[in-house]
Amino acid sequence: MNNKIKVVFLILVFAGGWILGSQNNKAPVITSSIGGASYAGGYQGQQGAVAPRTEQGQVHIVEAGQSIQAAVEAAQPGDSIQVMPGTYSETVYIDKDNIHLRGVIQEGKRATLDGLGTLNDAILYSGNNVVIENFRITQYKGNGIMGQAGNNFEIRNNVIVDTGIYGIFPQLGTNGLVEHNVVSGIEDAAIYIGMSDNIHVAYNEVFDSVAGIEIENSRHAIVEHNNAHHNTGGILAFVTPGLPIKTTEDVIIRNNFVLDNNTPNFGAPGSIVSGIPAGTGILVMAADDVIIEGNIISGNKTAGIIVNDHSFAPTITMDIESDPNSDRTMILDNVMLNNGYDTIPEVTAVALTELHTGSVDIVHVGSSDGSCIINRHRYRAVGIGDYGECDFTNTDSIDSYLIAGGAQPRIIRPEERGEIAYLGVCTGCHSYTGRLIGPSVQVIQAMYAGNPQGLVDYINAPIKKRDNFPPMPAQNYLDAETQLAVAEYMLALEK
Amino acid sequence: MLYLHNYFKLSITAFFWLMISLHVYNATAATEFSLADQCPPSFALSADNQCQLRNLYQLYDSLQSQGLGGLKTALPTHRDGFSPQQIDLGRLLFFDPLLSGDKTLSCANCHNPERGFSDGMARSVGAKGQLHQRSAPTLWNSAFLSVFFWDARAESLEEQAIGPLFSAIEMNNTPQQLISDLKQNAIYPELFQQAFPQSDDAVVVANIVTALSAFQSSLISLNSAYDRYAHGDANALNPQQLEGLNIFRSFVARCSQCHTPPLMTNQQVAVIGTPEPQGLARDIGAQATFDAELLRGGFKVPTLRNIARTAPYMHSGRFATLREATEFYNKGRGHAVPEGEKLQLHWHISEPNLTDNELDRLVDFMGALTDESFMPTIPQRVPSGLLNHSSNSHLGLRSGD
Repeated sequence: MNNKIKVVFLILVFAGGWILGSQNNKAPVITSSIGGASYAGGYQGQQGAVAPRTEQGQVHIVEAGQSIQAAVEAAQPGDSIQVMPGTYSETVYIDKDNIHLRGVIQEGKRATLDGLGTLNDAILYSGNNVVIENFRITQYKGNGIMGQAGNNFEIRNNVIVDTGIYGIFPQLGTNGLVEHNVVSGIEDAAIYIGMSDNIHVAYNEVFDSVAGIEIENSRHAIVEHNNAHHNTGGILAFVTPGLPIKTTEDVIIRNNFVLDNNTPNFGAPGSIVSGIPAGTGILVMAADDVIIEGNIISGNKTAGIIVNDHSFAPTITMDIESDPNSDRTMILDNVMLNNGYDTIPEVTAVALTELHTGSVDIVHVGSSDGSCIINRHRYRAVGIGDYGECDFTNTDSIDSYLIAGGAQPRIIRPEERGEIAYLGVCTGCHSYTGRLIGPSVQVIQAMYAGNPQGLVDYINAPIKKRDNFPPMPAQNYLDAETQLAVAEYMLALEK
Repeated sequence: MLYLHNYFKLSITAFFWLMISLHVYNATAATEFSLADQCPPSFALSADNQCQLRNLYQLYDSLQSQGLGGLKTALPTHRDGFSPQQIDLGRLLFFDPLLSGDKTLSCANCHNPERGFSDGMARSVGAKGQLHQRSAPTLWNSAFLSVFFWDARAESLEEQAIGPLFSAIEMNNTPQQLISDLKQNAIYPELFQQAFPQSDDAVVVANIVTALSAFQSSLISLNSAYDRYAHGDANALNPQQLEGLNIFRSFVARCSQCHTPPLMTNQQVAVIGTPEPQGLARDIGAQATFDAELLRGGFKVPTLRNIARTAPYMHSGRFATLREATEFYNKGRGHAVPEGEKLQLHWHISEPNLTDNELDRLVDFMGALTDESFMPTIPQRVPSGLLNHSSNSHLGLRSGD
């Protein structure tokens, strides 16, 4: 914040504090959160991220000493891979759909992925409907489990220890469940939901990391029943400017333990989280429609809940497309004990403008449009003078923001498929009338009239037919449906 | 296999191209400069005479329809809907030096199709031999962009096209002279009328930039070895390239965090702190565009498609090879930022400590992003009759018209 704005801000806050302070003698309005109105906003969701299989594919067993990746390569969509206890040092990548990758736990012994301090990431996936569970992951340089754009994922019951940048990091995916994981010793976030939609993070224990759980540039996320303790910051919902997806909206952080997150910040210089003050319970930065409810927030020395805008963060860039304010923060009943007892000068300065001295449970810096709270009298709070009274008291009506039946693939009719593949690929070498790189479509039609399957067979494994033409690359990367569609499309072309 | 196919296309002799031209284009040979009535490859012609893009990524979705993600992810929204005539007129204009003030430079001088629609130079040379501050970006896949120029100062192909035409250090033309030259030409007025039949006076700047935009939007490169891997061919990448892909998307190297598939750019501005060429002051880049000190030295993340074809690299061509450009990221956050220079470096600029082998594999992977199978036909002659000079004088060898 530049100095001029800061001074104006201080004066305004001072005035607000004075007015509020003068009202402090009235008996507080006590709102019961039992049986009252429930939050009606957000997204109507379902339980479970990966639809149950109607039939099981093959089960591939990986024994200690064998390669997990070799099993992934052998697996077809619908198959499961069971990894027996033992130590595996490899990067596993899943670039196919509907693979369930499971560690087998025998009398407490897990299948352990050990990066030996030299391998980059333990598990990467890009496919849809992927399940990853029951592993122990340690000593990777990058991430424990990282998703890129896979939809409908479940990451469950993994133990991730001392592993690089992020423990669990699904990115650019829709509809995912991250639950029952134990993640610790992570240089950035133990669990980091990045640029994703419809996410459920529950029953995880995250500790000894810079950030416990981060919801970043994501929408429709519920973070509940987690234990975030002894991190630098416990649970974070924010917008990082400069990313291509610009918003964080509709996040419920409820019924978590957020305890003693006072670990000195050991984030990499320049990383976004390196700006988080040690002692942060819950941090909301530039995220909208965040509900904080039913958490036990205790022993976080800077503050229990910090809500701020981008001007308060030292490590971020500028992005004109990114709204810097936290709008519509909603704070329901939370148990807050012993927070903000050794806070940072920035929070003290804000507190002083409201003549507040001593510990701070809640601090809000920056504009707070549409924000609300119930039972504000319980907390040692600063900067919430503009907060209204919430017109609901709980989120009981919302179980989950997951999508019923999962995120569905785009529906493309066969004739559209044929046209897309013909124009998108074939026309580089084939024109309707004349020779280009390969023979004309008319020549091909004459050879395969009434025989689309013959054409499919050829493009799957082309053989060189003409001396003065280059060999054709196989088109076997197209799925069977698209291959047949393009063959039929090509044989029916009229110009 | 595709590599072979590209090699074949690129290394073929002039004789071969002539042979093709006789087969494919004899319909247009009679009237030398009539405009195509069919769309370029990868486009479907609609009933109302618009070319609509088709590509395999249209089989997929993307989060928030932003065109960012992993392997099977839709592309960002694209520009299409131009007519075949507009695209073809744009092609002729693109290669015609008549568009420059002194009639020696065409768009293709700096965006040479034989050099990945760039020019092989660290910094491009404009009117009167003036050296530009920055390098010429590739035009492949510009249909998918919503941000143009290194400093992100334009938001559409049309807005972009205006820039070089009338910049004193690029093509150095004026709207008045450009219109006058085109109107005096024996051929162009009729071609403009064909491409813009609704216009009473078709030779206007707006139509010129529409035609140039139409041609640029037809430069589609989405059939590389990487793409075949993405669509499902597990063997499309060789083991070195596959290893490179996994490093590329790993969170140690973090390349894909900004060079995000499938376009291999997230189109954001990033401050990465590359060194300027010897003796040049810091290029402030996007700071000027957004009047924001935090963006000092920030530039648009460029696509990596066909990147192996567009050396040298970075905004001022500081790195001669892909290997050097890759190594920059491995040398430590801010290692090339001079003392006293204050840059808010991007959070993903870190110290990945990649091995030499890993750097080599990244270069291998970027080589798998090459696809020029939809290379447009380069006109042997343009309506002005002017020759392309100097650096692209050889373009005529590959003529199809």
